[in-house]
Amino acid sequence: MIALLKRDTLTTWRSGGSILTGILFFLSIIVLFPFAIGPDTGLLTRLGPAILWIGALLASLLGLDRLFAQDLEDGSLDILVMQEHSLALMVFTKTIAHWLVTGLPLILTVPLFGLMLNLDAFTVGVVALTLATGTPAIAFIGAVGAAVAVKLPRGGMLISVLILPLTIPVLIFGIAATYGALEDPAPFVSPYLLLCAITLFTAVLGPLAAAQMLRHSAD
Amino acid sequence: MDTQVTNTTQASSRLWSFANPSRFLAFADRTIPILSIATLLLFVIGLYMAINAPEDYKQGSSVQIMFVHVPAAWLAMMIYTIMACSAIGSIVWRHPLADVSIRAAAPLGAAFTLLALITGSLWGKPTWGTWWEWDARMTSVLIQLLIYLGLIALSRAFEEPSEGAQPLAIMTLTGFIIVPIVKFSVDWWNTLHQPASVMRFDGPTMDPAYLYPLIVMAIAYTSLFFTLHLMNMRNEILDRRIRAMKMSVARGEV
Amino acid sequence: MKLSLENLCINRASNQIIDGFACSLANGEALVITGPNGVGKSTLLRAIAGLLAISFGTIHLELDTGETLDGQYVREYCHYLGHKNGLKPSLTAAENLRFWQQFCGNPVFSSGKALDKVGLNHVLDTPIGYLSAGQKRRVAIARLLVARKPIWILDEPTTGLDDNSAKLFSDIANGHCKSGGILIAATHQTLSLANARKVELQPVDKGAFA
Repeated sequence: MIALLKRDTLTTWRSGGSILTGILFFLSIIVLFPFAIGPDTGLLTRLGPAILWIGALLASLLGLDRLFAQDLEDGSLDILVMQEHSLALMVFTKTIAHWLVTGLPLILTVPLFGLMLNLDAFTVGVVALTLATGTPAIAFIGAVGAAVAVKLPRGGMLISVLILPLTIPVLIFGIAATYGALEDPAPFVSPYLLLCAITLFTAVLGPLAAAQMLRHSAD
Repeated sequence: MDTQVTNTTQASSRLWSFANPSRFLAFADRTIPILSIATLLLFVIGLYMAINAPEDYKQGSSVQIMFVHVPAAWLAMMIYTIMACSAIGSIVWRHPLADVSIRAAAPLGAAFTLLALITGSLWGKPTWGTWWEWDARMTSVLIQLLIYLGLIALSRAFEEPSEGAQPLAIMTLTGFIIVPIVKFSVDWWNTLHQPASVMRFDGPTMDPAYLYPLIVMAIAYTSLFFTLHLMNMRNEILDRRIRAMKMSVARGEV
Repeated sequence: MKLSLENLCINRASNQIIDGFACSLANGEALVITGPNGVGKSTLLRAIAGLLAISFGTIHLELDTGETLDGQYVREYCHYLGHKNGLKPSLTAAENLRFWQQFCGNPVFSSGKALDKVGLNHVLDTPIGYLSAGQKRRVAIARLLVARKPIWILDEPTTGLDDNSAKLFSDIANGHCKSGGILIAATHQTLSLANARKVELQPVDKGAFA
């Protein structure tokens, strides 16, 4: 499994552009907001965490359609599903590898983009923390969509449509935890623990569902 | 009249001879050391002059950030212009060196743009009291950075670099629209960033005490860019040769 | 070890492709499946490899320990080489082979040794993307050698190979059978396998279903 993790991160790394593309997409979304709502610094600062969350959410969906499609195209998927390893574990590993090269770079760029939205260091830290907790859940949910769409032409569009509604709980608790830490009366601990719960829950359920889907679509 | 024509043909044939990658490599090998030394000297002089420039009565010593910030911002625009010219060469003559030039310039352009943004941000904190403001100039430079980064991503997206030459050139030309927007953004939208004070039709409005170090720094930056550009182009050409050699090894020819 | 297929029926999109295929292969035996295009050779192979649901019939594998395995566990004992090679173009031949070795378990040959056997030692550190179609195929064949699996299921293994490489392939395949492995291959070309049984698939009589 470690071999698979290494191979997947290495292939994405070697193919170069895709990591940069994810970050660029994230940055582009953030740049769009001041144009849409005007360069009002106070407003942007207040909306900052939400803008970062929506940007990260959309950017994480970007490469999901390639999660299994690439292995299907070059024939690796057939061989991967034939081995004695648990298929769910295989999906879990692939999803983690995907997150390492798409989700993690986004979180690492949050401090830079936070500066542009005039967020202070504490806010940036909170957003990075909640994103680091929440984006794996998006990837795990996305893995199910990727497995469904693996056989479909133009699956990429379909994944986004299928997955976006399912990621809303992640967004709700991610944002609730973020503003909970920033604004006084709102609680932080309970929404943050719920966010952790969602991530752990999807880390189990997502790979299982995706594995089932891959089994069935293997013809 | 006749001599003039021969002169230009000679000049253009001399120009074209550099378009041969091997000649280009020889040219680069000869030029890079000279340019490197020139760059170093210019930076020593420019930085010395910049440090000794008088303090601004309003901004204090933070005005000296200008000597790193303004040339970087000029370079960001100049590099894109060079890339656009290369793109025309790449589209019209389909010359591989023009494509190599775009590829080699894009990361440098992004670096200078980023430098302009970072130094601008460092300058903005003491003078405007904020690291970042969605002001017309800053936002348009940020978009320019996005365009640079997008072009870098595009140039790496093709497995076979020569296949990417046309798409890259066309996208580069399309993106050129940002350069006039960056240049005139301070005039069109009257926001925080100050308007141009050097490159104006009615001549510079800056005090010579600031103007001369700035000009030296600008020449130093330009020289730095051409050094790095030549080095990067050389790398790109050598990279393609290595790739071709690897392929012939794979075919079992060596 | 004995692989037995009994009365296999496979439907795809409500068309019966394979009707009552039966066969039994013991250690060291090879089966070559031939037949016209579209007769269902690939479908049959994918079904044996557990990549396709069987509508009717059974697949059993009797291990040397006397244990009998059901259809869905048989695939763990199989190497499947389909039309696609299962290689990542951005990784080198050695990296690809090492990955499959680690992932499949039971390592046998090192990736260098396996590439030697297909006559491609010089591409060890060359990304797969640089190789020609025939060379990619040969690296894919080398994959069969890096991890030990007793059953090889090969779909048109010699596509794109020149005569020389095809001969290397038959040496490898014969070596596999000689060491007690089972081999099932579908092909249009002659594979020159020693003691191979041949089956020609016939189109299913649609009359009964139509």
